[in-house]
Amino acid sequence: MATIKIPPVLRASVGGEREVGASGGNVGEVLRDLASNHPATQDQLFSADGELNRYVNVYLNDEDVRVLDGLDTAVGEGDTLVILPAMAGG
Amino acid sequence: MSTSGAELLRRVKSQIDEVDPSEVNELVGEGVTIVDVRGSEEFATGHLPGAKSIPRGHLEQRIEGVAPDRSAELILYCQSGIRSAYAARTLQEDLGYERVRSMIGGITLWKDRGYEVEIPRALSAEQRDRYSRHLLIPEIGVEGQQKLLDAKVLLLGAGGLGSPTALYLAAAGVGTLGIVDDDDVDLSNLQRQVIHSTQRIGIPKVDSAEESIHALNPDVNVVKYKTRVDASNIVEIIEGYDVVVDGVDNFPTRYLLNDASVRLRIPVVSASILGFDGQLSVFKPYDGPCYRCLFREPPPAELAPSCGANGVLGVLPGTMGLLQATEVVKLILGIGEPAIGRLLLYDALAATLTEVKVHRDPECPICSRAPNEIADEELGVFPDYEAFCAAAG
Repeated sequence: MATIKIPPVLRASVGGEREVGASGGNVGEVLRDLASNHPATQDQLFSADGELNRYVNVYLNDEDVRVLDGLDTAVGEGDTLVILPAMAGG
Repeated sequence: MSTSGAELLRRVKSQIDEVDPSEVNELVGEGVTIVDVRGSEEFATGHLPGAKSIPRGHLEQRIEGVAPDRSAELILYCQSGIRSAYAARTLQEDLGYERVRSMIGGITLWKDRGYEVEIPRALSAEQRDRYSRHLLIPEIGVEGQQKLLDAKVLLLGAGGLGSPTALYLAAAGVGTLGIVDDDDVDLSNLQRQVIHSTQRIGIPKVDSAEESIHALNPDVNVVKYKTRVDASNIVEIIEGYDVVVDGVDNFPTRYLLNDASVRLRIPVVSASILGFDGQLSVFKPYDGPCYRCLFREPPPAELAPSCGANGVLGVLPGTMGLLQATEVVKLILGIGEPAIGRLLLYDALAATLTEVKVHRDPECPICSRAPNEIADEELGVFPDYEAFCAAAG
Protein backbone atom coordinates (compact mmCIF):
# COMPACT_ATOMS: atom_id res chain seq x y z
CA MET A 1 0.00 0.00 0.00
CA ALA A 2 1.27 3.46 -0.93
CA THR A 3 0.99 6.55 1.25
CA ILE A 4 -0.72 9.63 -0.16
CA LYS A 5 0.04 13.04 1.32
CA ILE A 6 -3.13 15.09 1.30
CA PRO A 7 -2.83 18.87 0.82
CA PRO A 8 -4.79 21.25 3.09
CA VAL A 9 -7.51 21.97 0.52
CA LEU A 10 -8.36 18.27 0.15
CA ARG A 11 -8.23 17.26 3.80
CA ALA A 12 -11.93 17.94 4.39
CA SER A 13 -12.66 15.38 1.66
CA VAL A 14 -10.73 12.64 3.47
CA GLY A 15 -12.07 13.22 6.97
CA GLY A 16 -9.32 15.66 7.94
CA GLU A 17 -6.47 13.19 7.45
CA ARG A 18 -3.04 14.48 6.38
CA GLU A 19 -1.96 11.13 4.98
CA VAL A 20 -3.99 8.18 3.78
CA GLY A 21 -3.06 4.78 2.41
CA ALA A 22 -4.30 3.55 -0.97
CA SER A 23 -3.71 0.47 -3.11
CA GLY A 24 -2.79 0.03 -6.74
CA GLY A 25 0.04 -0.87 -9.06
CA ASN A 26 0.32 2.52 -10.70
CA VAL A 27 -0.42 6.17 -9.97
CA GLY A 28 -3.84 6.07 -11.67
CA GLU A 29 -4.95 2.99 -9.71
CA VAL A 30 -3.77 4.43 -6.40
CA LEU A 31 -5.57 7.71 -6.98
CA ARG A 32 -8.73 5.94 -8.13
CA ASP A 33 -8.59 3.83 -4.98
CA LEU A 34 -8.37 7.07 -2.99
CA ALA A 35 -11.36 8.46 -4.89
CA SER A 36 -13.45 5.32 -4.34
CA ASN A 37 -12.75 5.43 -0.60
CA HIS A 38 -13.26 9.20 -0.45
CA PRO A 39 -15.69 10.08 -3.26
CA ALA A 40 -15.44 13.83 -2.56
CA THR A 41 -11.93 13.77 -4.03
CA GLN A 42 -13.06 12.32 -7.39
CA ASP A 43 -13.94 15.60 -9.10
CA GLN A 44 -11.06 17.43 -7.47
CA LEU A 45 -8.50 15.01 -8.89
CA PHE A 46 -10.00 13.82 -12.17
CA SER A 47 -11.65 15.50 -15.12
CA ALA A 48 -14.79 14.02 -16.73
CA ASP A 49 -12.65 12.01 -19.16
CA GLY A 50 -10.71 10.34 -16.35
CA GLU A 51 -7.51 12.32 -16.78
CA LEU A 52 -5.77 14.11 -13.93
CA ASN A 53 -6.95 17.69 -13.71
CA ARG A 54 -4.36 20.06 -15.13
CA TYR A 55 -4.22 22.11 -11.95
CA VAL A 56 -3.31 19.10 -9.78
CA ASN A 57 0.34 18.10 -9.56
CA VAL A 58 1.17 14.60 -8.40
CA TYR A 59 4.63 13.52 -7.33
CA LEU A 60 5.87 10.00 -6.85
CA ASN A 61 8.24 10.51 -3.94
CA ASP A 62 10.01 13.68 -5.19
CA GLU A 63 9.40 13.34 -8.94
CA ASP A 64 6.60 14.88 -10.97
CA VAL A 65 4.63 12.02 -12.54
CA ARG A 66 4.27 14.15 -15.71
CA VAL A 67 7.95 13.50 -16.46
CA LEU A 68 7.52 9.82 -15.59
CA ASP A 69 4.66 7.85 -17.17
CA GLY A 70 1.80 9.96 -15.83
CA LEU A 71 -1.05 7.90 -14.40
CA ASP A 72 0.67 4.74 -15.71
CA THR A 73 3.75 5.30 -13.54
CA ALA A 74 4.38 2.18 -11.47
CA VAL A 75 3.95 2.56 -7.71
CA GLY A 76 5.69 0.23 -5.29
CA GLU A 77 4.97 -0.68 -1.70
CA GLY A 78 6.29 2.06 0.55
CA ASP A 79 6.20 4.76 -2.13
CA THR A 80 4.72 8.12 -1.26
CA LEU A 81 2.45 10.10 -3.55
CA VAL A 82 2.25 13.84 -2.97
CA ILE A 83 -0.85 15.59 -4.26
CA LEU A 84 -0.09 19.26 -4.71
CA PRO A 85 -2.44 21.96 -5.84
CA ALA A 86 -1.14 25.52 -6.11
CA MET A 87 -1.64 27.78 -3.09
CA ALA A 88 -1.73 31.55 -3.32
CA GLY A 89 -1.88 32.81 0.24
CA GLY A 90 0.58 35.51 1.15
CA MET B 1 71.19 26.38 16.69
CA SER B 2 68.71 29.08 15.83
CA THR B 3 67.72 29.90 12.26
CA SER B 4 67.76 33.46 10.97
CA GLY B 5 64.67 34.95 9.36
CA ALA B 6 66.45 35.16 6.02
CA GLU B 7 67.47 31.50 6.15
CA LEU B 8 63.96 30.44 7.10
CA LEU B 9 62.55 32.39 4.18
CA ARG B 10 65.03 30.80 1.78
CA ARG B 11 64.12 27.37 3.07
CA VAL B 12 60.38 28.04 2.81
CA LYS B 13 60.73 29.39 -0.71
CA SER B 14 62.60 26.26 -1.72
CA GLN B 15 59.66 24.16 -0.52
CA ILE B 16 56.91 25.97 -2.39
CA ASP B 17 56.10 26.95 -5.95
CA GLU B 18 56.21 30.58 -6.97
CA VAL B 19 54.63 32.31 -9.92
CA ASP B 20 55.62 35.43 -11.81
CA PRO B 21 53.14 38.34 -11.96
CA SER B 22 53.09 38.09 -15.77
CA GLU B 23 51.58 34.60 -15.54
CA VAL B 24 49.13 35.69 -12.86
CA ASN B 25 48.05 38.55 -15.12
CA GLU B 26 47.12 35.98 -17.76
CA LEU B 27 45.08 34.02 -15.19
CA VAL B 28 43.01 36.92 -13.84
CA GLY B 29 39.36 36.38 -14.70
CA GLU B 30 40.00 32.76 -15.77
CA GLY B 31 38.46 31.21 -12.67
CA VAL B 32 41.67 30.76 -10.70
CA THR B 33 41.25 31.68 -7.04
CA ILE B 34 43.55 34.52 -6.04
CA VAL B 35 43.91 35.25 -2.34
CA ASP B 36 45.36 38.44 -0.82
CA VAL B 37 46.89 37.48 2.54
CA ARG B 38 47.67 41.03 3.64
CA GLY B 39 45.73 42.80 6.38
CA SER B 40 42.29 44.15 5.57
CA GLU B 41 43.57 47.76 5.73
CA GLU B 42 46.17 46.95 3.06
CA PHE B 43 43.58 45.16 0.93
CA ALA B 44 41.35 48.25 1.08
CA THR B 45 44.06 50.37 -0.57
CA GLY B 46 43.91 48.24 -3.72
CA HIS B 47 44.17 44.59 -4.75
CA LEU B 48 44.43 42.28 -7.75
CA PRO B 49 41.19 42.14 -9.75
CA GLY B 50 38.83 39.57 -8.25
CA ALA B 51 41.17 38.70 -5.37
CA LYS B 52 39.67 37.46 -2.11
CA SER B 53 40.92 38.93 1.14
CA ILE B 54 42.05 36.52 3.85
CA PRO B 55 44.59 38.10 6.21
CA ARG B 56 47.32 35.58 6.96
CA GLY B 57 46.31 35.38 10.62
CA HIS B 58 42.90 34.03 9.57
CA LEU B 59 44.14 31.84 6.75
CA GLU B 60 43.65 28.40 8.29
CA GLN B 61 40.12 29.19 9.50
CA ARG B 62 38.85 30.86 6.37
CA ILE B 63 40.60 29.35 3.35
CA GLU B 64 38.00 26.63 2.89
CA GLY B 65 35.34 29.29 2.48
CA VAL B 66 36.95 30.56 -0.73
CA ALA B 67 38.81 27.41 -1.83
CA PRO B 68 36.91 24.29 -0.75
CA ASP B 69 38.65 22.10 -3.36
CA ARG B 70 42.16 21.09 -2.26
CA SER B 71 43.17 20.22 -5.83
CA ALA B 72 42.06 23.53 -7.41
CA GLU B 73 44.63 26.08 -8.52
CA LEU B 74 45.29 28.74 -5.91
CA ILE B 75 47.51 31.84 -6.05
CA LEU B 76 48.50 33.76 -2.93
CA TYR B 77 50.09 37.19 -2.79
CA CYS B 78 50.98 39.87 -0.30
CA GLN B 79 52.90 43.16 -0.51
CA SER B 80 56.30 41.77 -1.52
CA GLY B 81 55.99 37.98 -1.69
CA ILE B 82 57.19 37.05 1.81
CA ARG B 83 53.99 36.60 3.80
CA SER B 84 52.42 34.77 0.86
CA ALA B 85 55.39 32.38 0.75
CA TYR B 86 54.84 31.40 4.38
CA ALA B 87 51.10 31.20 3.77
CA ALA B 88 51.63 28.95 0.73
CA ARG B 89 53.72 26.56 2.77
CA THR B 90 51.01 26.40 5.44
CA LEU B 91 48.33 25.58 2.89
CA GLN B 92 50.55 23.04 1.17
CA GLU B 93 52.08 21.29 4.17
CA ASP B 94 49.40 21.62 6.86
CA LEU B 95 46.16 21.74 4.90
CA GLY B 96 47.01 19.61 1.87
CA TYR B 97 46.42 22.13 -0.93
CA GLU B 98 48.01 20.58 -4.01
CA ARG B 99 48.36 23.47 -6.45
CA VAL B 100 49.12 26.54 -4.37
CA ARG B 101 51.65 29.13 -5.56
CA SER B 102 52.97 32.40 -4.14
CA MET B 103 53.30 35.41 -6.43
CA ILE B 104 56.84 36.69 -6.72
CA GLY B 105 57.34 40.31 -5.61
CA GLY B 106 53.77 40.70 -4.33
CA ILE B 107 51.52 43.55 -5.35
CA THR B 108 54.52 45.92 -5.35
CA LEU B 109 56.05 44.16 -8.37
CA TRP B 110 52.56 43.72 -9.88
CA LYS B 111 52.08 47.51 -9.79
CA ASP B 112 55.60 48.17 -11.10
CA ARG B 113 54.72 46.07 -14.12
CA GLY B 114 51.68 48.28 -14.69
CA TYR B 115 49.02 45.58 -14.22
CA GLU B 116 45.48 46.46 -13.18
CA VAL B 117 44.71 47.16 -9.53
CA GLU B 118 41.16 47.14 -8.22
CA ILE B 119 40.38 49.71 -5.54
CA PRO B 120 37.48 48.44 -3.41
CA ARG B 121 34.84 50.98 -2.55
CA ALA B 122 35.20 51.53 1.14
CA LEU B 123 32.45 50.96 3.64
CA SER B 124 32.00 53.76 6.13
CA ALA B 125 33.08 53.17 9.71
CA GLU B 126 29.43 52.85 10.68
CA GLN B 127 28.78 50.33 7.91
CA ARG B 128 31.82 48.29 8.96
CA ASP B 129 30.34 48.09 12.41
CA ARG B 130 26.72 47.51 11.34
CA TYR B 131 27.60 44.73 8.90
CA SER B 132 30.58 43.35 10.83
CA ARG B 133 29.02 39.88 11.19
CA HIS B 134 28.66 39.71 7.41
CA LEU B 135 32.20 40.93 6.84
CA LEU B 136 33.50 38.06 8.95
CA ILE B 137 31.93 35.46 6.66
CA PRO B 138 34.30 34.68 3.77
CA GLU B 139 31.37 34.08 1.37
CA ILE B 140 30.19 37.65 1.98
CA GLY B 141 32.97 39.96 3.17
CA VAL B 142 33.27 43.57 1.98
CA GLU B 143 32.68 42.56 -1.63
CA GLY B 144 29.46 40.72 -0.83
CA GLN B 145 28.24 43.50 1.42
CA GLN B 146 28.79 45.95 -1.44
CA LYS B 147 26.67 43.69 -3.65
CA LEU B 148 23.89 43.79 -1.05
CA LEU B 149 24.16 47.58 -0.77
CA ASP B 150 23.96 47.88 -4.56
CA ALA B 151 21.03 45.46 -4.88
CA LYS B 152 17.47 46.44 -5.75
CA VAL B 153 14.79 44.07 -4.48
CA LEU B 154 11.06 44.48 -5.06
CA LEU B 155 8.58 43.10 -2.55
CA LEU B 156 5.19 42.39 -4.02
CA GLY B 157 3.00 42.66 -0.94
CA ALA B 158 3.80 44.10 2.48
CA GLY B 159 1.68 41.51 4.24
CA GLY B 160 2.43 38.23 5.99
CA LEU B 161 5.34 37.15 3.80
CA GLY B 162 6.53 40.65 2.90
CA SER B 163 6.85 41.78 6.52
CA PRO B 164 9.66 39.52 7.72
CA THR B 165 11.31 39.53 4.29
CA ALA B 166 11.46 43.33 4.22
CA LEU B 167 12.78 43.60 7.78
CA TYR B 168 15.59 41.09 7.32
CA LEU B 169 16.60 42.33 3.87
CA ALA B 170 16.74 45.86 5.32
CA ALA B 171 18.83 44.63 8.23
CA ALA B 172 21.15 42.82 5.82
CA GLY B 173 21.78 46.11 4.02
CA VAL B 174 19.94 45.55 0.73
CA GLY B 175 20.31 49.05 -0.68
CA THR B 176 16.96 49.52 -2.38
CA LEU B 177 13.69 47.93 -1.32
CA GLY B 178 10.65 48.55 -3.49
CA ILE B 179 7.33 47.78 -1.80
CA VAL B 180 4.06 47.33 -3.64
CA ASP B 181 0.88 47.26 -1.58
CA ASP B 182 -2.45 49.01 -1.92
CA ASP B 183 -3.81 48.23 1.56
CA ASP B 184 -3.89 50.07 4.87
CA VAL B 185 -2.80 48.46 8.11
CA ASP B 186 -5.67 46.61 9.79
CA LEU B 187 -5.86 45.23 13.32
CA SER B 188 -6.36 41.70 11.94
CA ASN B 189 -3.00 41.96 10.10
CA LEU B 190 -0.98 42.27 13.29
CA GLN B 191 -1.21 38.58 14.25
CA ARG B 192 1.54 38.00 11.65
CA GLN B 193 2.53 41.19 9.78
CA VAL B 194 5.32 42.21 12.12
CA ILE B 195 6.57 45.18 10.11
CA HIS B 196 3.44 47.11 11.09
CA SER B 197 2.28 48.16 14.56
CA THR B 198 -0.79 48.88 16.61
CA GLN B 199 -0.13 52.62 16.48
CA ARG B 200 -0.11 52.53 12.69
CA ILE B 201 -3.54 50.95 12.13
CA GLY B 202 -5.29 52.76 9.30
CA ILE B 203 -2.20 54.15 7.56
CA PRO B 204 -0.99 52.78 4.23
CA LYS B 205 1.09 49.62 4.56
CA VAL B 206 3.81 51.04 2.33
CA ASP B 207 4.23 54.03 4.70
CA SER B 208 4.17 51.81 7.78
CA ALA B 209 6.74 49.46 6.25
CA GLU B 210 8.98 52.37 5.31
CA GLU B 211 8.92 53.66 8.87
CA SER B 212 9.96 50.28 10.32
CA ILE B 213 12.66 49.79 7.69
CA HIS B 214 14.21 53.19 8.32
CA ALA B 215 14.07 52.70 12.08
CA LEU B 216 16.05 49.49 11.59
CA ASN B 217 18.44 50.67 8.88
CA PRO B 218 18.52 54.23 7.52
CA ASP B 219 20.91 53.05 4.73
CA VAL B 220 17.99 51.53 2.85
CA ASN B 221 16.31 53.46 0.06
CA VAL B 222 12.59 52.58 0.17
CA VAL B 223 10.58 52.99 -3.03
CA LYS B 224 6.84 52.91 -2.35
CA TYR B 225 4.13 51.82 -4.77
CA LYS B 226 0.70 52.26 -3.18
CA THR B 227 -1.11 50.50 -5.95
CA ARG B 228 -2.36 47.13 -7.13
CA VAL B 229 -0.25 45.57 -9.84
CA ASP B 230 -2.10 44.77 -13.02
CA ALA B 231 -1.23 44.13 -16.63
CA SER B 232 -1.03 47.87 -17.31
CA ASN B 233 1.63 48.70 -14.72
CA ILE B 234 3.56 45.54 -13.86
CA VAL B 235 6.35 45.88 -16.41
CA GLU B 236 6.96 49.48 -15.44
CA ILE B 237 7.07 48.59 -11.72
CA ILE B 238 9.33 45.53 -11.80
CA GLU B 239 11.74 46.68 -14.53
CA GLY B 240 15.17 47.49 -13.13
CA TYR B 241 14.91 45.34 -10.01
CA ASP B 242 17.43 42.53 -9.49
CA VAL B 243 15.06 40.19 -7.67
CA VAL B 244 11.31 40.19 -7.05
CA VAL B 245 9.84 38.62 -3.91
CA ASP B 246 6.39 37.19 -4.51
CA GLY B 247 4.24 37.32 -1.41
CA VAL B 248 0.91 38.16 -3.03
CA ASP B 249 -2.36 36.63 -1.91
CA ASN B 250 -4.04 35.77 -5.20
CA PHE B 251 -3.49 33.67 -8.31
CA PRO B 252 -4.06 36.28 -11.03
CA THR B 253 -1.21 38.43 -9.70
CA ARG B 254 1.09 35.41 -9.32
CA TYR B 255 0.63 34.45 -12.96
CA LEU B 256 0.89 38.06 -14.08
CA LEU B 257 4.14 38.50 -12.15
CA ASN B 258 5.48 35.27 -13.59
CA ASP B 259 4.81 36.27 -17.16
CA ALA B 260 6.28 39.76 -16.78
CA SER B 261 9.34 38.52 -14.89
CA VAL B 262 10.08 35.91 -17.56
CA ARG B 263 9.86 38.60 -20.22
CA LEU B 264 12.23 40.85 -18.25
CA ARG B 265 14.41 37.92 -17.09
CA ILE B 266 14.11 38.88 -13.42
CA PRO B 267 14.33 36.04 -10.88
CA VAL B 268 11.35 35.65 -8.54
CA VAL B 269 11.55 34.18 -5.06
CA SER B 270 8.07 32.83 -4.53
CA ALA B 271 6.31 31.56 -1.45
CA SER B 272 2.73 30.88 -0.47
CA ILE B 273 1.05 29.96 2.76
CA LEU B 274 -2.20 28.44 3.96
CA GLY B 275 -3.14 27.17 7.38
CA PHE B 276 -0.06 25.34 8.63
CA ASP B 277 1.52 24.75 5.21
CA GLY B 278 3.95 26.71 3.13
CA GLN B 279 5.49 26.35 -0.33
CA LEU B 280 8.65 28.00 -1.66
CA SER B 281 10.58 28.01 -4.91
CA VAL B 282 12.91 30.25 -6.91
CA PHE B 283 11.90 30.92 -10.50
CA LYS B 284 14.92 32.11 -12.47
CA PRO B 285 13.79 32.68 -16.04
CA TYR B 286 15.41 30.36 -18.59
CA ASP B 287 17.79 28.88 -15.97
CA GLY B 288 14.96 26.89 -14.45
CA PRO B 289 11.22 26.40 -14.64
CA CYS B 290 8.75 29.26 -14.26
CA TYR B 291 5.58 29.40 -12.18
CA ARG B 292 3.51 28.23 -15.14
CA CYS B 293 5.80 25.22 -15.63
CA LEU B 294 5.03 24.23 -12.04
CA PHE B 295 1.33 25.09 -11.99
CA ARG B 296 0.02 25.02 -15.54
CA GLU B 297 -3.37 26.33 -14.54
CA PRO B 298 -4.75 27.98 -11.44
CA PRO B 299 -7.13 25.72 -9.55
CA PRO B 300 -10.88 26.31 -9.71
CA ALA B 301 -12.62 28.32 -7.05
CA GLU B 302 -13.36 25.46 -4.64
CA LEU B 303 -9.67 24.50 -4.62
CA ALA B 304 -8.37 28.08 -4.65
CA PRO B 305 -8.82 29.15 -1.07
CA SER B 306 -6.64 32.21 -1.62
CA CYS B 307 -9.57 33.84 -3.34
CA GLY B 308 -11.52 33.91 -0.10
CA ALA B 309 -10.64 34.67 3.49
CA ASN B 310 -8.61 31.84 5.02
CA GLY B 311 -6.80 31.28 8.22
CA VAL B 312 -3.06 31.02 8.63
CA LEU B 313 -0.84 30.26 11.59
CA GLY B 314 0.64 33.64 12.56
CA VAL B 315 4.26 32.49 12.69
CA LEU B 316 4.09 30.58 9.38
CA PRO B 317 4.65 33.63 7.12
CA GLY B 318 7.63 34.40 9.35
CA THR B 319 9.16 31.02 8.57
CA MET B 320 8.39 31.16 4.87
CA GLY B 321 9.23 34.86 4.49
CA LEU B 322 12.65 34.32 6.00
CA LEU B 323 13.31 31.37 3.72
CA GLN B 324 12.49 33.81 0.91
CA ALA B 325 14.83 36.46 2.34
CA THR B 326 17.58 33.86 2.53
CA GLU B 327 17.10 32.91 -1.13
CA VAL B 328 17.16 36.60 -2.11
CA VAL B 329 20.48 37.14 -0.33
CA LYS B 330 21.93 34.02 -1.98
CA LEU B 331 20.86 35.22 -5.43
CA ILE B 332 22.40 38.65 -4.86
CA LEU B 333 25.67 37.19 -3.57
CA GLY B 334 25.76 34.34 -6.07
CA ILE B 335 26.41 31.77 -3.35
CA GLY B 336 24.96 28.40 -2.40
CA GLU B 337 22.30 26.43 -4.21
CA PRO B 338 19.17 28.49 -4.74
CA ALA B 339 15.87 26.59 -4.76
CA ILE B 340 15.69 26.67 -8.56
CA GLY B 341 13.85 23.68 -10.02
CA ARG B 342 12.80 22.60 -6.55
CA LEU B 343 9.65 23.22 -4.56
CA LEU B 344 10.05 23.14 -0.80
CA LEU B 345 6.99 22.14 1.17
CA TYR B 346 6.97 23.13 4.82
CA ASP B 347 4.47 21.42 7.13
CA ALA B 348 4.48 23.34 10.40
CA LEU B 349 2.43 20.79 12.34
CA ALA B 350 4.59 17.86 11.32
CA ALA B 351 7.78 19.98 11.48
CA THR B 352 8.90 18.59 8.13
CA LEU B 353 10.41 20.13 5.03
CA THR B 354 9.76 18.06 1.91
CA GLU B 355 11.23 18.76 -1.50
CA VAL B 356 9.88 17.90 -4.94
CA LYS B 357 11.48 18.49 -8.31
CA VAL B 358 10.16 21.07 -10.73
CA HIS B 359 11.02 20.79 -14.41
CA ARG B 360 10.87 23.26 -17.25
CA ASP B 361 7.82 22.49 -19.35
CA PRO B 362 8.83 22.36 -23.03
CA GLU B 363 5.26 23.38 -23.82
CA CYS B 364 5.10 26.22 -21.28
CA PRO B 365 3.01 28.98 -22.87
CA ILE B 366 5.44 31.60 -21.56
CA CYS B 367 9.00 30.43 -20.89
CA SER B 368 9.24 28.09 -23.86
CA ARG B 369 9.44 31.28 -25.94
CA ALA B 370 12.00 34.06 -26.16
CA PRO B 371 11.35 37.13 -24.00
CA ASN B 372 10.70 39.41 -26.96
CA GLU B 373 8.01 37.05 -28.24
CA ILE B 374 5.86 37.52 -25.13
CA ALA B 375 3.38 40.29 -25.91
CA ASP B 376 1.86 42.79 -23.49
CA GLU B 377 -1.62 41.38 -24.11
CA GLU B 378 -0.53 37.92 -22.98
CA LEU B 379 0.73 38.86 -19.52
CA GLY B 380 -1.26 37.06 -16.82
CA VAL B 381 -3.94 35.91 -19.21
CA PHE B 382 -6.28 33.05 -18.32
CA PRO B 383 -9.75 32.59 -19.71
CA ASP B 384 -12.43 33.91 -17.33
CA TYR B 385 -9.96 34.10 -14.49
CA GLU B 386 -11.21 37.26 -12.82
CA ALA B 387 -14.74 35.91 -13.07
CA PHE B 388 -14.11 32.73 -11.15
CA CYS B 389 -12.06 34.45 -8.48
CA ALA B 390 -14.83 36.96 -8.02
CA ALA B 391 -17.31 34.11 -7.73
CA ALA B 392 -15.16 32.50 -5.04
CA GLY B 393 -15.27 35.70 -3.05
